[in-house]
Amino acid sequence: MSSFRLSKGGRIDRARPLDFTFDRKPMQGFVGDTLASALLANGRQLVGRSFKYHRPRGILTAGAAEPNALVTIGEGGRTEANTRATLVELYSGLKAKSQNRWPSVHFDLGAVNSLLSPFLGAGFYYKTFMWPAAFWEKVYEPIIRKAAGLGRATYEPDPDSYEKCWAHCELLVIGAGPAGLAAALTAGRAGARVILADEGFEPGGSLLTETAAIGEKAAADLLGETLAELASLPNVRIFSRTTVFGWYDGNVFGAVESVQKNTATIDPNRPVERLWRLAARHAILASGAEERPLVFGGNDLPGVMMAGAMRSYLNRQAIAPGKSTVIFTNDESGYRTATDLEAAGLEVAAIADSRAGAPSSWAGRAPVFPGALIQDAKGGKALTGVTMIKGGTPEAIEADALAMSGGWSPIIHLACHRGARPVWSDAKAAFLAPETQDGLTIAGSAAGVGALEACLADGAEKAGSVLRNLGFSNASPAFAPAPDTATVTKPLWYVRGAKAKAFVDHQNDVHLKDLGLAVSEGYGHVELTKRYTTNGMATDQGKLSNINAIGILAEARKVSPADVGTTTFRPFYTPLSFGALAGSSKGKHFQPVRKSPLHDWARKNGAVFVETGLWYRSSWFPKPGETTWRESVDREVLNVRKNAGICDVSTLGKIEIFGKDAAEFLNRVYCNAFLKLPVGKARYGLMLREDGMIYDDGTTSRLSDNHFFMTTTTAYAAGVMNHLEFCAQALWPELDVQFASSTDQWAQIAVAGPKSRTILQTLVDEDISDAAFPFLGARQVSLFGGKLTGRLFRISFSGELAYELAVPAGYGEAVADAIMQAGGPHGICPYGVEALGVMRIEKGHVTHSEINGTVTPADLGFAKMVSMAKPDFIGRAMLSRDGMVAQDRLSLVGVKPLDPVTTFRTGSHILSEAAAPSLENDQGYVTSSCYSPNLGSTIGLALVKHGPKRHGEQVTVWNDLKNEYTKAVLCSPVFFDPENEKLHG
Amino acid sequence: MASLIACPHCGPRPKEEFTVKGDAAIARPAADAGEDAWYAYVYLRDNPRGRHKEYWHHTSGCRRWLVVERDTLTHVVYSVSDASTQGGTA
Amino acid sequence: MRYSAFSVFLNGLRGNKGWQPAWRSPVPKNHYDVIIVGGGGHGLSTAYYLAKEFAITNVAVLEKGYIGSGNVGRNTTIIRSNYLLQGNNPFYELSMKLWEGLEQDFNFNAMVSQRGVLNLYHSDAQRDAYTRRGNAMRLHGVDAELLDRNTVRQMLPFLDFDNARFPIQGALMQKRGGTVRHDAVAWGYARGADSRGVDIIQNCEVTSIRRENGRVTGVETSQGFIGCGKLALAAAGNSTVVADMVDMKLPIESHVLQAFVSEGLKPFIDNVVTFGAGHFYVSQSDKGGLVFGGDIDGYNSYAQRGNLATVEHVAEAGVAMIPALSRVRVLRSWGGVMDMSMDGSPIIDRTHIDNLYLNAGWCYGGFKATPASGFCYAHLIARNEPHETAAAFRLDRFSRGRMIDEKGVGSQPNLH
Repeated sequence: MSSFRLSKGGRIDRARPLDFTFDRKPMQGFVGDTLASALLANGRQLVGRSFKYHRPRGILTAGAAEPNALVTIGEGGRTEANTRATLVELYSGLKAKSQNRWPSVHFDLGAVNSLLSPFLGAGFYYKTFMWPAAFWEKVYEPIIRKAAGLGRATYEPDPDSYEKCWAHCELLVIGAGPAGLAAALTAGRAGARVILADEGFEPGGSLLTETAAIGEKAAADLLGETLAELASLPNVRIFSRTTVFGWYDGNVFGAVESVQKNTATIDPNRPVERLWRLAARHAILASGAEERPLVFGGNDLPGVMMAGAMRSYLNRQAIAPGKSTVIFTNDESGYRTATDLEAAGLEVAAIADSRAGAPSSWAGRAPVFPGALIQDAKGGKALTGVTMIKGGTPEAIEADALAMSGGWSPIIHLACHRGARPVWSDAKAAFLAPETQDGLTIAGSAAGVGALEACLADGAEKAGSVLRNLGFSNASPAFAPAPDTATVTKPLWYVRGAKAKAFVDHQNDVHLKDLGLAVSEGYGHVELTKRYTTNGMATDQGKLSNINAIGILAEARKVSPADVGTTTFRPFYTPLSFGALAGSSKGKHFQPVRKSPLHDWARKNGAVFVETGLWYRSSWFPKPGETTWRESVDREVLNVRKNAGICDVSTLGKIEIFGKDAAEFLNRVYCNAFLKLPVGKARYGLMLREDGMIYDDGTTSRLSDNHFFMTTTTAYAAGVMNHLEFCAQALWPELDVQFASSTDQWAQIAVAGPKSRTILQTLVDEDISDAAFPFLGARQVSLFGGKLTGRLFRISFSGELAYELAVPAGYGEAVADAIMQAGGPHGICPYGVEALGVMRIEKGHVTHSEINGTVTPADLGFAKMVSMAKPDFIGRAMLSRDGMVAQDRLSLVGVKPLDPVTTFRTGSHILSEAAAPSLENDQGYVTSSCYSPNLGSTIGLALVKHGPKRHGEQVTVWNDLKNEYTKAVLCSPVFFDPENEKLHG
Repeated sequence: MASLIACPHCGPRPKEEFTVKGDAAIARPAADAGEDAWYAYVYLRDNPRGRHKEYWHHTSGCRRWLVVERDTLTHVVYSVSDASTQGGTA
Repeated sequence: MRYSAFSVFLNGLRGNKGWQPAWRSPVPKNHYDVIIVGGGGHGLSTAYYLAKEFAITNVAVLEKGYIGSGNVGRNTTIIRSNYLLQGNNPFYELSMKLWEGLEQDFNFNAMVSQRGVLNLYHSDAQRDAYTRRGNAMRLHGVDAELLDRNTVRQMLPFLDFDNARFPIQGALMQKRGGTVRHDAVAWGYARGADSRGVDIIQNCEVTSIRRENGRVTGVETSQGFIGCGKLALAAAGNSTVVADMVDMKLPIESHVLQAFVSEGLKPFIDNVVTFGAGHFYVSQSDKGGLVFGGDIDGYNSYAQRGNLATVEHVAEAGVAMIPALSRVRVLRSWGGVMDMSMDGSPIIDRTHIDNLYLNAGWCYGGFKATPASGFCYAHLIARNEPHETAAAFRLDRFSRGRMIDEKGVGSQPNLH
């Protein structure tokens, strides 16, 4: 006989049947079912196989602690392994599969492991599989890995979407059971902003299963009235299907809401899950208590269930656990289950109460055996009976269901996420968290309160007190005080003398003897036991097993559970999906996209774009007939050097700097002199870190006495801005200087090449002849006969006669078009960052390929720029350490192959000509390289020991990764136009 | 660390809006303070297990540099003030 | 007792009642030749090599909690020797070579699994940086391969190759890199050291350091005063707290690094893979959980717990790298306290006090360094001179301007 649905009762809607499949078998449940209850209704108790021994396993709980009923639900990209059937709200079209079995859950070859179990004790793998050494990766480990794990994840991308939100409240109530509802109602009536979050699809907690009356009122009626009142309060929000998974600093709670996890037809415009960050002034943790399993032989057989879970299935979903049930209890809970079973007309074969002084108030039909223990449960894939020990004598009882209760452990997980340690209470026979912490109060059975009325009273009273502290002076408890009538008994940690394995951690297959072995081998510290045996490390995080394990360790070590202590509670309370944590940040939306104001201009000119940080930059502009990127880049380079080119440099960081001390400020943040930079001039600036290494470079122009315009590299734009603000606000607040980032406000266009002046002069109203506007000129200009104002800089990265023209971003495309039009007769072409890179290498100009955070100005040949005459600048003090001025530092050189048909790549290392490859012989490395169409050869920049002294030396450029070993010669880093004739042209 | 930082200019804002720089307890030495002082400033840290002052930048907000005084063990924030009021230079 | 398949078989037949404690629980002696402060991976391996390589066995390891309760018990289990700089590269390769023979050496299966470490690259600049690094590795005889996009795609077809914001261009691979069962490293070293006479003393917190005439004479602990000839610190994230006892200021900040494990899954990913466009790296444990992590939270902390925003960043990068992760559930997060140094590289050195030694500054690279750190530290303690592969890990390198800065970010620990 197996579990079945009773013909009446429960909170299910029998008028609304739901079709689903389990292991492809069609089944039916009702609205109000979980997958677990629906499986039980269909007589399915065997739902999975265990992790190590592949033992048959059934549904043990009705909630988040479920260790056995882990199934795979969904298909394709929606496949979800290891889903607790107890938490899945049943829906039509649900497809569920059992796990960790082959070929089937009924016949699983892995069960052979049970026969080998004497050799598979705790930590056995640490003691073997060591020889031969090479066998670990090849033989042993693949077998272990294949056997381990639970469900199988999909490799398909998730088709659904997720979102993230913030919510704020005065009081967050976690758990909508009696204490939580009472707290929420109290706070709601007081007018506080309340969020009540509950993981279930129906709020109510234990009120959903309670059959006893509370005062004059049936539990269900009380629940209904309370929910109705809460719903009527506009200041109360009820988040159902929402698990609060973590408590973080600043009293922010992480929660995840299931939005579309209860349907097979997903609305693509809504998320399937929503991540909440709940910022609460105070929270009440009313997460309830977890019933403890009893540790006896065969306590994992399908048919064995927690007493509270059995009652929940019976009362909520009208599930009969079987024909005849044995109750094994150390607590009142077993009697409540027995009462309701008998009320439903089901047989209770026996109540074995481990307590010698069992209560006499039992009025039911079933025989009660005080001081009796169930030593072993019998059966194969289903329970058939038990061996009860009564007064030292074993007695066999036939049964197809067993309800067990070892007492209750408060669920204090969240209360311990921020460092608080649980403390053992002998009075409550439980680990309790501090009842009040800054921002959090624990109420109800989570605080060790037992009786239902007392939980209602506790929640109400604590909420009232919290709210009065928050300034809601009118807050008064929604429920009257009630004494806690529940009794607490000494826990029964395990039953001695069991023949079969007595499981402590069902999911990880840790049994009683494993814990004993760990203690005897020196792993008796609770953390070491956990790590050695894996107890509590399964997906349920030891919700059922940890407390029993502590009790068992305490007995083995002959100390109190207080001395054993707990392992650390860490987020997450229950596992949560990557999808929910990632939200919408995935695929192309992983990071935002930054586009230059000239992006569309570049695109219509055929640009190929490349990701540069968040930017897309135009890389090169292929022309019809060009088949490789090199063809395009070579053409662009040659054309710029011969005629002219136009390049988008808008992504460079741009910072407006104002203030009467702006010049003084720049003088302190650059290592070279800026104090006397004349108005109308630009200057190359080198910015160091405080440790003397170069941080960034760029040009800064003085547009008026108190107005400078700084450019930074693309990559360091944000960092430089932060740095300048730090220096101004934290280091030198006495200086009058202000900053505004204008990176996005200006479209900046480089026009380079011998014909650039001619072209630009057709747009620019002012005279820009060499005499009127020499190299490093910088000024505001009028364009198109006064129609537009821009800024013109005569600066050059390419080494050509060149300008950079900045215009307001919105005009960028039109101005670029105008330049292209004006330049047409002069052979202008657009060029991208690749061609720019070639030209700067030809000129020996450095970028962050060279400025890699480990170079000093002297390393790059800038020693003379550093103005040690200045009293102070960022980086000055650290520059003179011996390691910073050592002769053998890597310094900048050029490098080119001896034979121009040979080539080399960036990242190759430099070896002296005849030296054997070794770290000791490493002379440096190539920082940048390219093919120079002007030189007809690959060229490179390199950082090499004693670099500048070695011009002319033959070396090997060594790239062992590609088996490329190129004979090359070190040279000046300036390959092209060393006299800068073109620049000044 | 607090999930929310009470910026003196903007009010409580999510931590993600801020950038941390580090130790604010040490003042930048005078240029001629000598090697030891500079080595200590650039490289040595009190690194207390407890109360600690740190520079935070409200990068996605008012862009002010702040001094956040907080506990490195409990993550409690004691105070947040504008860095310019701290007197950064020795 | 020697561990072997045979001993497992024999004990299994006898009901597993014959196993002995893996290490003793000794009462501290009055005096030791060497006291090591910190019973983590580095402290225990130091003790092991002091006994095994240098025959110094009158040694105590003092641990304030249980052994392995620090970072060796809370990391992402990765080993690799793919370092760029000369100061680091030979040291980490020594560590890799020690890993390769470790289990046979200390007779404990730590599940050293050389499943390959891949660092993805997404841009030409990253490829160039990996070319430089891979060649530096090869110059020292370390295995390195630069894989192109197609090769990576064949190995790991489930990475996002088709819809990525930052398309994967290839990877730097070190085949000999991999993972190790982290706790077992602490236990194996503890058992090996204990069997050679080292006293491992748990629940023994050092509260102060006693000095006479400029030398350390011993430590006050929660179990009383214990004298020593030499005192060796291996306190990782708590290094500053211990160094404060002798008024020694360190170039170290303590930061929290979070790590994560997913629910157990059937084999999903074979290698260790590091994302190059965000902070995420992942491998799969033999038990089936995906073990993964990202960047440090960024602020000083001794709290062993982190922030939700960092959790979210890590998950975002994870889903960006492997879209199928979206439906995988994350089981647990934890935080470790990292001793972040000012250049991202460690310190193994003598101090201004003659018989006081320092091992610190491991940032988040300490786990993979465990064998070599212990080996080189033992060498330094025994011989009073650095091992050749650790000679650059000097405390005065900052004042001398000889930083070993792999990332090139300077004295900004939260960027290393």
